Amino acid sequence: MPQYLVAIHHPDNFDPSTVTEETMRDIGALNKEMMAAGVRFFAGGLQPETKAKSLRAQPNGQVLITDGPYLEAKEHVGGFWILDVADQDEALAWGRKAVVACRTPVEVRPFFEMPPSK
Amino acid sequence: MSDTHKAIEAVWKIESTRLIAGIARVTRDIGIAEELAQDALVAALERWPDEGIPEKPAAWLMTAAKRRAIDALRRGRMLELKHGEIARELEFQQQRLGEAMDQALDQVIDDDVLRLIFTACHPVLAVEGRVALTLRLACGLTTAEIARSFLVPEKTLGQRIFRAKKTLSEAHVPFETPRGDELRKRLESVLSVVYLIFNEGYTATSGDEWMRASLCEDALRLGRMLAEILPEESEVHGLLALMELQASRTAARRGPTGEAVLLSEQDRSLWDHAQIERGMAALQRAQQLGGGAHSYALQAAIAACHARAYTAAETDWERIVLLYDALLQISPSPIVALNRAVAVGMAHGPAAGLHALDALAAEQALANYHLLPSVRGDLLMKLGRYAEAREELQRALAMTDNVREHELLSRKLKQAMFID
Repeated sequence: MPQYLVAIHHPDNFDPSTVTEETMRDIGALNKEMMAAGVRFFAGGLQPETKAKSLRAQPNGQVLITDGPYLEAKEHVGGFWILDVADQDEALAWGRKAVVACRTPVEVRPFFEMPPSK
Repeated sequence: MSDTHKAIEAVWKIESTRLIAGIARVTRDIGIAEELAQDALVAALERWPDEGIPEKPAAWLMTAAKRRAIDALRRGRMLELKHGEIARELEFQQQRLGEAMDQALDQVIDDDVLRLIFTACHPVLAVEGRVALTLRLACGLTTAEIARSFLVPEKTLGQRIFRAKKTLSEAHVPFETPRGDELRKRLESVLSVVYLIFNEGYTATSGDEWMRASLCEDALRLGRMLAEILPEESEVHGLLALMELQASRTAARRGPTGEAVLLSEQDRSLWDHAQIERGMAALQRAQQLGGGAHSYALQAAIAACHARAYTAAETDWERIVLLYDALLQISPSPIVALNRAVAVGMAHGPAAGLHALDALAAEQALANYHLLPSVRGDLLMKLGRYAEAREELQRALAMTDNVREHELLSRKLKQAMFID
């Protein structure tokens, strides 16, 4: 079954303590609904991007590790689901619900599939 | 189809089960609930292309269904409500109905979805009716989609669903989840419907049968749903494990021209290892719940033996024989015994396999089953008894019309000629 990434994006310097109880409740309800529909393969929330470390290969073959996110950006992935769904339309339908529940923009993106049997 | 239409269909697919389950909690009749939900879908198809898809589509659909329900009540169509909990005065009835439906969506609980599935799989229905209703109500498939999946005309399928709903209504099947012993019995029916749907998809052979193949995904989803809603039922996990493990081989089961590739000859790197992990986890759950010796869990354990083997030669056939022994204890069947004989042949050599097969020679149920002489032929070949092997393979050939099987048997027969 095709899998889709449904990623939620938070603004730079997002403060998790500002998330309202109502939002938490809606996200919880959405998670329950995804599980009960048998589509939730994985879900996870990420700590703030300030906790991220970035790794880059150097010309000398060494790997350089620096504090902070890889990209300087206004928004960062704050959490994501991996869903088992029939097709892109269904992934988008769940994405709509995620936008409403999380009050954030959402990115829906397909995974590569296993080579199909023909 | 326009993008909006596709979006509406997708919304329907993910919302319809809970919507119908919620309405059925009020109407106590899944036929009426489904009609009201359909009416709401029609309203959405009329309005959403212009107005856009609402922020909370499920709530919108429930409100639309509520309006239709109140209309129906006014026109006296919902007679059963009149002698239900709802009081006599029509106006009061309307108000109560409206309130009940407003609440229904907020509180659609897993139990409602479970009731819906148990009702759709009720033993009062013919098996084909159970399958059609389950796909329709619990998977959100349209009548046309189900008809295509089962290669029957849409009209036939529509009648099948109509009859099933009528039967449920006439038999006054309550909208409820059975309890205690009854739950176990009824759960068997639910699980067999799910596995039947899976097998319909699994036996689909070619690319143009993709609609049928997607039945596997519908069955898997139902299995995952049930595992979530009934986490303590070991056989739910057992069946889910069996389906995950079988489905993990999908990409390796067909060769370039659509021909079946035997398990022993499959390219195991094409197996979906993430899915194998899920199957293994479900099997472990079934075993932890004490259900390791039940039918689906045992079949899953056999599939797991294959999944664990990196090459066909590494297969733990001795363990497979033991699992078949256990399976025969709880559900004796000539087909299981035949599979066991194959495993014995692999574990303890062709002579032992042949011995196990001899016990089945008198089995009436296998009298016309081509796999019996086919397996005998294989074992005789391995023992170097080519003349007897040819005889068995020829008998097998005469018993099957299946083109693929014919090819396979002819190939073996040629081998038997060549060696001798």
